[in-house]
Amino acid sequence: MEPLLTIQGPEAALFWFLAPLSVIAALGMLLVKKAVHSALLLAWVMITLAIFYIAQDAVFLGVVQIIVYTGAVMMLFLFILMLVGVDSSDSLTETITGLRPIAITAALGFGGLLVSLLGRATLGREAVGLAEANAAGNVQGLAALLFSKYVWPFEVVSALLITAAIGAMVLAHHQRTNARPTQREQAVKRFRSGSLAGAAGLPGPGVFARHNAVDVPALLPDGTPAPSSISATLKARGDVIDSGQFQLDNVDTTVAEEK
Amino acid sequence: MNNADLLLDDPGWIITLKAVIVFAVCVVLTILSVWGERRIVARMQMRVGPNRVGKFGLIQALADGVKLALKEDLIPAAADKIVFVIAPIISVTAAFMAFAVMPLTGPVNFFGEETVMQLTDIPVGVLYVLATASFGVYGIVLAGWSSGSTYPLLGGLRSSAQVISYEIAMGLSLVSVFIYAGSMSTSSIVQAQQETWWYGLVLFPAFVIYAISMVGETNRAPFDLAEAEGELVGGFHTEYSSLKFALFFLAEYINIIAVSALATTLFLGGYHAFPGLGFTEQWLSGWFTLFWFFIKVLFFFFIFVWLRGTLPRLRYDQFMQFGWKVLIPVSLLWILVVATLRLISTSSQSRLVTFGFAGVVVLLVLGVSTAFENSKKKRNSIEHPEAAAPDFAVPSLPSEITTINVSNQGGDRG
Repeated sequence: MEPLLTIQGPEAALFWFLAPLSVIAALGMLLVKKAVHSALLLAWVMITLAIFYIAQDAVFLGVVQIIVYTGAVMMLFLFILMLVGVDSSDSLTETITGLRPIAITAALGFGGLLVSLLGRATLGREAVGLAEANAAGNVQGLAALLFSKYVWPFEVVSALLITAAIGAMVLAHHQRTNARPTQREQAVKRFRSGSLAGAAGLPGPGVFARHNAVDVPALLPDGTPAPSSISATLKARGDVIDSGQFQLDNVDTTVAEEK
Repeated sequence: MNNADLLLDDPGWIITLKAVIVFAVCVVLTILSVWGERRIVARMQMRVGPNRVGKFGLIQALADGVKLALKEDLIPAAADKIVFVIAPIISVTAAFMAFAVMPLTGPVNFFGEETVMQLTDIPVGVLYVLATASFGVYGIVLAGWSSGSTYPLLGGLRSSAQVISYEIAMGLSLVSVFIYAGSMSTSSIVQAQQETWWYGLVLFPAFVIYAISMVGETNRAPFDLAEAEGELVGGFHTEYSSLKFALFFLAEYINIIAVSALATTLFLGGYHAFPGLGFTEQWLSGWFTLFWFFIKVLFFFFIFVWLRGTLPRLRYDQFMQFGWKVLIPVSLLWILVVATLRLISTSSQSRLVTFGFAGVVVLLVLGVSTAFENSKKKRNSIEHPEAAAPDFAVPSLPSEITTINVSNQGGDRG
């Protein structure tokens, strides 16, 4: 029996090298535990598909596939980080009862649809009309179709996407009740408030040449520790070390509250 | 005969040799550009820079590379090991791949075979460069995520947001080039510029937008927010050491060279000589065009170094605002103008219509900018009352200082 589909030479080598990798990655995408790994394997499947397109002379489609899907998977990746958490793993406990049979039914239905569609495809025939479609160049041919025959659907889809993006922004945007002070306004305010003590920034923590960890208050010129040099978080935790133990002997060691 | 036809009859060994040459050129250029950057920045800061290893310190970068390779290779315990190792490989692979479509010379005689120094010429070459660039971001983002540490994660997220935003501006700035050249292939764009003017002049606004966004795209100063050392230690590569760090370093410099090469190809006439020096293209049987190509690329590289030596880093929100609220709208408007002009000129209208349209556009731009300036002046005219003079000693204001003494001795110290 004659083979249904014949591919030879480098293209065959490419196919037999990448196709198994692509299938393994697609399966892995479903089976791995970490959501980020899943997104990565999805990116790999998309890139192998793009390489197949390029190998079949659909260069534009292949390159656009990479540009669009790497961006899309990147978004997915960011969603995982922001919504699910940095180290999220799949949980196999069923939160909604009866979800499993519904999912299995839907999957079987979709699989059956795909198989029945692919089963009707006929392989091994010459492509018809490819040369005419690419007569003025692949990109030019696509552009001519997109901006003449399909211009209306194209515009409708783009309007839909823009509406979705603006809708997401409106829903997610948090409205401030009062305007946020700008950096300039904050600087002006620092200088115009009664004391100029903190105008040039608060002192850094640590005692020079003795101890410069973040939990040791800096010493003021008179030898007293400066509480404003310690982060408020550390203070709240009670993680502040007494800088007295790092002071020189001839400096007055009485601890006084600053202002 | 165009480049695509010249490349089509290349035997396998020439393609292999060219791939090796492209690889070698990238690595050697990286080593030299690290040295060049350090020397130029040093001069700008009135220092000498590395001058000990080799003549003029030329192999300083190579020595640093050897030192990096001999360092201990650490993988943090909290890291996701596989992704941690893959990330720098993705970064550097994407950087090398972009160079495949750059036409480095015109037709030359390569070991008896008539060809061009370009690995492949695909009809969507420029889009291919954009695709490899967007793929390269994965290296940075994954490095940030897989390190299992806070600063790298923040650096990686910043970088992804930055590259996605500036890639939009970059892609839009390229559209006017496509419209004028009627092609997305790098070699045809070079050819099209030879027949008219350099697109850097014809499409000047697009050139400016590309030049700005290419700095944003490569994470370089003043847009190097992903590795802002004052805020994020080393950013995405904080946890990396030894050769893995060296790979990120390599990828960064190859990316700079690649975007410079793309700028040369799209806006400065590619490998062709400067106008009026066209006769030099026949020297060394065509190989002299390589010289012109690298002169232009090195010009862009110098701009990169100059920016780094001059400008302070932007604040993150200002940077994003600049990308989304200035660069993208301006490039959209520019596409509108270019497309209209192109339509007028191809439908063979009279010159009067073209100039009339251009005049209206110029007037509109002037009107809008005047209105903008006026509103800004109004906003700034709100007076702040002066604070009372402090009652302790303060240093005199810079305007009151009349003489500054700068010692001119010891200028040769490194």
